[in-house]
Amino acid sequence: MDKKNGLKGTVTPLSSEITDPHWVENRRLWLQRAASGVVGLGAASWASRHALAQSAGTEKPGKLASLPGAPSKVTGATVPEKTTAYKDASGYNNFYEFGTDKADPAANAHTLKTTPWTVAVEGLVKKPGKFALEDLLKLSPMEERIYRLRCVEGWSMVIPWVGYSLAALISRVQPLGSAKYVEFVSLADPKTMPFVGSRVLEWPYVEALRLDEALHPLTLLAFGMYGEVLPNQNGAPVRLVVPWKYGFKSAKSIVKIRFTEKQPATAWNKAAANEYGFYSNVNPEVDHPRWSQATERRIGEDSLFTKKRKTLMFNGYEAQVGQLYAGMDLNTNY
Amino acid sequence: MLRAKLQRFLAGAAAKPLLFCLLLMPLAWLVFGVVFDRLGANPAEALVRATGDWTLRMLCLVLLVTPLRVVGVLPALARLRRMVGLFVFFYVLLHFMAYSWLDMGLDPDDIVKDIVKRPFILVGFAALLLLTALAATSFNAAIRALGAKRWRQLHRAVYAVAALGILHFYWMRAAKHNFAEVALYAAILAVLLGWRAWSRFSRPASRVQTAT
Repeated sequence: MDKKNGLKGTVTPLSSEITDPHWVENRRLWLQRAASGVVGLGAASWASRHALAQSAGTEKPGKLASLPGAPSKVTGATVPEKTTAYKDASGYNNFYEFGTDKADPAANAHTLKTTPWTVAVEGLVKKPGKFALEDLLKLSPMEERIYRLRCVEGWSMVIPWVGYSLAALISRVQPLGSAKYVEFVSLADPKTMPFVGSRVLEWPYVEALRLDEALHPLTLLAFGMYGEVLPNQNGAPVRLVVPWKYGFKSAKSIVKIRFTEKQPATAWNKAAANEYGFYSNVNPEVDHPRWSQATERRIGEDSLFTKKRKTLMFNGYEAQVGQLYAGMDLNTNY
Repeated sequence: MLRAKLQRFLAGAAAKPLLFCLLLMPLAWLVFGVVFDRLGANPAEALVRATGDWTLRMLCLVLLVTPLRVVGVLPALARLRRMVGLFVFFYVLLHFMAYSWLDMGLDPDDIVKDIVKRPFILVGFAALLLLTALAATSFNAAIRALGAKRWRQLHRAVYAVAALGILHFYWMRAAKHNFAEVALYAAILAVLLGWRAWSRFSRPASRVQTAT
């Protein structure tokens, strides 16, 4: 792989970017990442991927290494809504390993070390193993998907993610017939994550899906957003995005994926089972005990005094995912 | 020396308007934040939370007046107590307005349903009602009409307000096990209320002076 060409390819594509100071500022970081292989993509494919990202219309913030994706062909993967400003999507986060205030992750997550990074795949699979991040990046073509993100707290965003269906990885490791659930474990490193050890949650952060949910094409293994690699505060270098569930189901900075027969105990469910169910599908009809889930505030878009917008069943993905829950009582399986 | 100076200042004419402006500063800061977009990505949430925080802070402040007077550190503060108390009401009103407007879209149906449905909101609303009763009877004519004794009894409801306020805040933070701030306010209010209980029972003779 020719890293030099890879770099040139990204510096030169648009005349408007040639003098962009961001690229000059970030060249060092860029070199580090490219050298360590985080974005060690082939130079030949680079230009075409870049062109595709341009056509998808996502404006790159110019903060981190580029990670383009082709517009996804998965049904429902591109909502026709205005994307949230990068500043808000990367500055207003829940990532309790870095603090409980929503400005904390952006302020504290620079300590997270994302290279080298491996994801262990364990449990009920034919081919368990450890995947280096660079191998995961090459496992399937990168797609750009514009998803709604609905937080359980009653706010929402629209984010252009870059990644591919988790199903691609799952088919690679070949789950056994006994596998019913997939567990996702986030990094819990007290040295780089100052709030690991706080009593808010049990660490490491654990999330899980039913296997059929994990296999759904909309379930995304994401490596980037806004055409660039994920900022640390958004769950770098690899995270899950499950657009029809409340945001906390989408585990960040994943280090382990485990296939199990029994339903795994998940972080928020352990902390407050009456407030955060295992499924936690976005559902305007099932309220959180302390607030209504019928409406939401779109960050950066709805003005202060506009009425909150109506929350959609399964966050608007009912046509795609409704059948996963056919016959289930969503009031008890919240 | 310093205390004597402070005493003289507090007794003077400038103290009241100055304190008035000082206690308006949090509101000024929030208005500035709204106008110049300094409240972060979710200004509505920031406003609801900040007005709640400032209600608790004003409550701590007003409950500090009597201990400081009785212990003899700053007796001149007593003259300013009513105004501080009215600021508690002012900020709780802003808190309720922020909730009704920004969270509930000023829909009376939704607001009533929400209050009845959620214990955490109900507790906050109960505190608001009590504070309304106290604010409504804060002027001299009301004190005269009620008589000093009944007025004092009524205004002991501020202790209930403190308890309800802490419970409201605790409930809000409960699911996240995020109790540091709750504990801080609870500790401050516990000291202020504890001091009253202690002074009442240990020195019954001076009860009349220390009651409120």
